Amino acid sequence: MSYYDFLFVIEVLVGGLLSGVMYSLVAIGFVLIYKTSGVLNFAQGSMVLFAALTFVSLVERGIPFALSLLITLAVMVALGFTIERTVLRPLVNRSPMTLFMATLGLSYIIEGAAQLVWGTQVHGLDLGIDDTPFEVGGILISSFDLLAAGIAAAMVAGLSAFFYWTRIGLAFRAVADDQFAALAVGLRLPRIWGTVWTAAGFVALVAGLLWGARLGVQFSLSLIVLKALPVLVLGGFDSILGAIVGGLIIGASEKLAEVYLGPFVGGGIEGWFAYALALVVLLVRPSGLFGQKTVERV
Amino acid sequence: MTFFSHLKKAAIATAFVLGATAVHADEQYFPLQSYRVGPYAAGGTGFFGGFIDYLNLINIRDGGVNGVKLTWSEGETQYEVEKGVEVYERLKSNPGIAAWNPLSVGIAYAMIDRITDDKVPLITINHGRTDTTDGRVFPYVFPLLLNPYSETSGIVNYIASKEGGLDKLKGKKIVVLYHGSPYGKETIPIYELLSQKYGFELSQIEVPHPGNEQQAQWLTIRREHPDYVVLRGWGVMNPVALKTAQKTGFPADHIVGNVWSNSEEDVIPAGDAAKGYTAITTQASGEQYPVVQEIVKTVYGAGKGNLEEKSRIGSVYHNLGIVNGILNVEAVRIAQTKFGNRTLTGDEVRWGFEHLKLDPARVEALGAKDLFHSINVSWDNHEGDGYVTFQQWDGKKWNVVSDWIAPDWKLLRPIIEKSSEAYAKEKGIKIRTAEDAEAVVSN
Repeated sequence: MSYYDFLFVIEVLVGGLLSGVMYSLVAIGFVLIYKTSGVLNFAQGSMVLFAALTFVSLVERGIPFALSLLITLAVMVALGFTIERTVLRPLVNRSPMTLFMATLGLSYIIEGAAQLVWGTQVHGLDLGIDDTPFEVGGILISSFDLLAAGIAAAMVAGLSAFFYWTRIGLAFRAVADDQFAALAVGLRLPRIWGTVWTAAGFVALVAGLLWGARLGVQFSLSLIVLKALPVLVLGGFDSILGAIVGGLIIGASEKLAEVYLGPFVGGGIEGWFAYALALVVLLVRPSGLFGQKTVERV
Repeated sequence: MTFFSHLKKAAIATAFVLGATAVHADEQYFPLQSYRVGPYAAGGTGFFGGFIDYLNLINIRDGGVNGVKLTWSEGETQYEVEKGVEVYERLKSNPGIAAWNPLSVGIAYAMIDRITDDKVPLITINHGRTDTTDGRVFPYVFPLLLNPYSETSGIVNYIASKEGGLDKLKGKKIVVLYHGSPYGKETIPIYELLSQKYGFELSQIEVPHPGNEQQAQWLTIRREHPDYVVLRGWGVMNPVALKTAQKTGFPADHIVGNVWSNSEEDVIPAGDAAKGYTAITTQASGEQYPVVQEIVKTVYGAGKGNLEEKSRIGSVYHNLGIVNGILNVEAVRIAQTKFGNRTLTGDEVRWGFEHLKLDPARVEALGAKDLFHSINVSWDNHEGDGYVTFQQWDGKKWNVVSDWIAPDWKLLRPIIEKSSEAYAKEKGIKIRTAEDAEAVVSN
């Protein structure tokens, strides 16, 4: 292998890792909900779309950037609370499949509502972040992806601190460990779930802005859930750390596979390669690399 | 505001549907399998908006085509094949159907056998199966103006013109980045053929659907150092390609988009990364053409414009819809010269399409000079030798940067015939003659 080839491998690897962080951003939204309520929120992708579309539509109507951000955050908080109150609370104690189907339906409703309210046009989203690449030792690195990785890292650090060092975070963890025990010690589950959905709305907003700046704000934005699912399977549905590590592994491996395995099988393999990898992990570790193992007394 | 305008649109659409169920004599009906919601709504609203705007212009300005009023109704498909077929089944019983115009490869494929049985034309302007160009085998399918092979030839001819001639292509390197779908793969063999013929080095790289991640592909492109990249994309794949090209340092002015990578919806989301990007088109964009001006004055002036956002008038999809309207209406008009000024059967309109010859003078008379070049459809050539031009995005609008370019039809025709004849053999279809084409079912 020549030095140039070696540099190329590193470049593909770095590009994959940075893409993986973007997948993690979406996966974290899933983890937050699943961790505390056991619901696999399939509507997370639609929430990302709704957040980005709301933000960009406000900006295009002349509302200042910061104010648009605040209004969108308020809208996402309201959306989170509404979902919890009108969809999930009435379905409490139903089977996980029922809850999953409810969020699947919710996904279509949010997508439809987004187009109904804001129209069908596609939008560019300029966050003022320069996206020209810079070179480090012969390797091109995207400044936008690097910044996105920094934002994701800051968000993970913030969420981890929130979970471990705040009272409400402690309550979250208690609910995640055992809902019935949490109820027995007086924790108010509806309030906690409402707060979690709010947090998921915030994560959706951050992911929506970064993904929106990357892809443009358009209907296909909701398809990014397809990138998050193998990350969740690999990292574990209830681990924020798992979402990060899973994202990095999926991002790097799918890019390397596309470049080095793709030519032997006709190319275009990264779409399914991530799922194949997740499937292998699923067979070996059903709860993912960092997921909580379920122990049941029989 | 948007919500209420949607409600208004829904009410109008419902009224049209109700109205369409009672089509009277001297009305020609267009069933529209449109998509105004879902992932491809931006393209759907533009195209069907332009089509309806033109039909409205003919009704308001001329009182229809020689007194025959044009009617239509819409069924929402969301660009999904099963919904497209469902809408077809729902609308096909309406009397006086002129032609189907689904603007969807998948829906068109699913309809070929059905419309052939019904004897009603299926228009796939700028898309569809390449071999449906051969009217000897596909009597009712019309890939008007441009089929995928002609598009490929047009793009290669354009690159050659930039390099100083076809002989200058020798030794150049071209990468084709294509969507991982039957649509994306359709041109693989023709690029290979042209590569062998003109001696350019070729690499074809697939992007898996939907194409929202292309880091690996563009790093590979960077390693290969091509002279040009041809973007054969669709939907979100296009802006992501342009953005990732920027990330990997590939210049946008050396990327040439195909006909489904040429709209405002493909470049606006890419922001500055799209500046300098060039794409092929059969119809120029902009509002300056007399027919578009007439639509603004007559249709929008009367409050009957179909586009919700007037800023989209003259956009790529809107103008494509207008050109599609011109071709449909002129086919009806031509058929009327033979069969009379009345509601025509689908087969009579098929005859009209097979005699659709609009030279530049006629195009100018229709107010479409420079909007599109010309068309020359015959019973065995259902594409009609459409010319192409190239537009470059300056960050705000498209600007035409080439003359009208002719694809290499002579080179392509034998390949098309080989494919269509194989299809005919497989399906047991009798190859039509010119005499067969003149036999028309009139009731």
